Amino acid sequence: MLLALSLVMLPGAAGAATLAPSGVAACSNCHPKAGEVGGDTALPPLTGRRASDIVSAMTAFRNGKRQATVMGRIAKGFSDSEIAAIAAWYAAQR
Amino acid sequence: MTAPRNRRQVLGGVAGTAAALLWPRPAITQGTPRVVIVGGGFGGASCARALREIEPRIVVTLVEARRVYTAPPLSNGVLGGLRELSQQQFTYDKITAAGIEVVNAAATAVNAQNRSVSLSTGDKLSYDKLVLAPGIDFRWDAIGGYSEKVSAQLPHAWTSDGMQIALLQNQLQAMEDGGVVAMVVPVNPARCPPGPYERASMIAHYLKTNKPNAKLVILDNKDTFSMQQLFEAAWKTLYPGMIEWVSPSAGGNVASIDAAKKTIETDFDKYKFSVANVIPPQIAGRITVAASVADRTGWCPIDPITFESLLQKNIHVIGDAAIAGALPKSAFAASVAGKLCAAALVRILADQPPVTPKLVSNCYSLVAPNYAISIAGVYQPVDGQYVEVEGAGGVSPLDATLQFRAEEAKFADAWFRTNTAAIFG
Repeated sequence: MLLALSLVMLPGAAGAATLAPSGVAACSNCHPKAGEVGGDTALPPLTGRRASDIVSAMTAFRNGKRQATVMGRIAKGFSDSEIAAIAAWYAAQR
Repeated sequence: MTAPRNRRQVLGGVAGTAAALLWPRPAITQGTPRVVIVGGGFGGASCARALREIEPRIVVTLVEARRVYTAPPLSNGVLGGLRELSQQQFTYDKITAAGIEVVNAAATAVNAQNRSVSLSTGDKLSYDKLVLAPGIDFRWDAIGGYSEKVSAQLPHAWTSDGMQIALLQNQLQAMEDGGVVAMVVPVNPARCPPGPYERASMIAHYLKTNKPNAKLVILDNKDTFSMQQLFEAAWKTLYPGMIEWVSPSAGGNVASIDAAKKTIETDFDKYKFSVANVIPPQIAGRITVAASVADRTGWCPIDPITFESLLQKNIHVIGDAAIAGALPKSAFAASVAGKLCAAALVRILADQPPVTPKLVSNCYSLVAPNYAISIAGVYQPVDGQYVEVEGAGGVSPLDATLQFRAEEAKFADAWFRTNTAAIFG
């Protein structure tokens, strides 16, 4: 093959700069954005909550001080710094 | 397969074109990259929505053959009479409204050199990055007497084809009290490992409520299965004497099926059935073969950080079609992978290094009304494979209260509503 196609790249990195920490991809599977799901939902939105609230909830899930069905099992997979990054990202969302 | 994955230096438009003429490797121009996604399920449609949200400058095209998507998760609840089929069904209208071009066609071929996808309509789509999220296909030749044609009589009900679920539901409803329902269950790797046992639970619930003299026999190709202790304990309490699970060592390995005589022959026995649900062994969706991204196992090996195929550059594979160590085949994990793949593509297309992700899977199984159990896992890339994070994940406790089971049933529904709203809403 003599001629290769030109791969189109994004000029600059605006989108990439504001990407969520990877853990958010899991959180957002269950926790809706405010108003995303109609009617009652058993799962609270995390968007716009205080970072310290998210950190203390995740820490309590992780060490078993807060009772849960599945959040204990999930929180145990995340480090302090990962939890802090997720919390900071959610706190910054409107 | 000649290009380096990342070129640190981004060339300008004119210089890029000139470079392409001089060098036998892909050059880079700046502009509007085009991402084509094949498959509009939990993986592909999640990826499309995430790309649109985080980088609107990328042109996203979603190729999907069905106009209505029937979500497999919780669809066993339809068989149990707990849910309506319509609750499982979604159109692509809102995805289109979000600025994603949805092409109603099947992808039939991929040219990785020219970076183009051929469609059943005769059209061709060119791409900078291709995401394949076709889900599973069946090894139709694996069970004697069973084929794609026979599945119109003996449904698999294991894909996003709503007709298959409706067919199985109708057959159960038409069955006489005292009839035998047979389930044929495949080896792993397969889509949703706990799914067949959730289905057995939901069928048993339907039978207990409507046909209390009927029986369910599960002919399994595995000696152990996901959440086995939880399922078996629940069956003993909720459906005593109704479900017989036959492992391969007990003769559950199916040799052949006779759809006309309604019999199944196993290694040791012959079973007569009234209704049969045959879930054949599986491989990655067939476009992965055309794209040369499936290996000898029938599945698609990927880099766990970028989801890029290990066999073809610029083609990423997500969802049930992909394999990477412990990466589970669940709708939840497919949706997370769709978002992670979108983030990786944005970074790659902006010439930034990808970030090592954490991936979570959490699968609920309905066992009875207000009674669900779950299996969760947290995964991270280690040496090119997904490995489960030690100490995290696991299954619902064996000794949980009925209130705990009811909470999980509520969360199963809440997860489904959030995830499908984010994807299809």
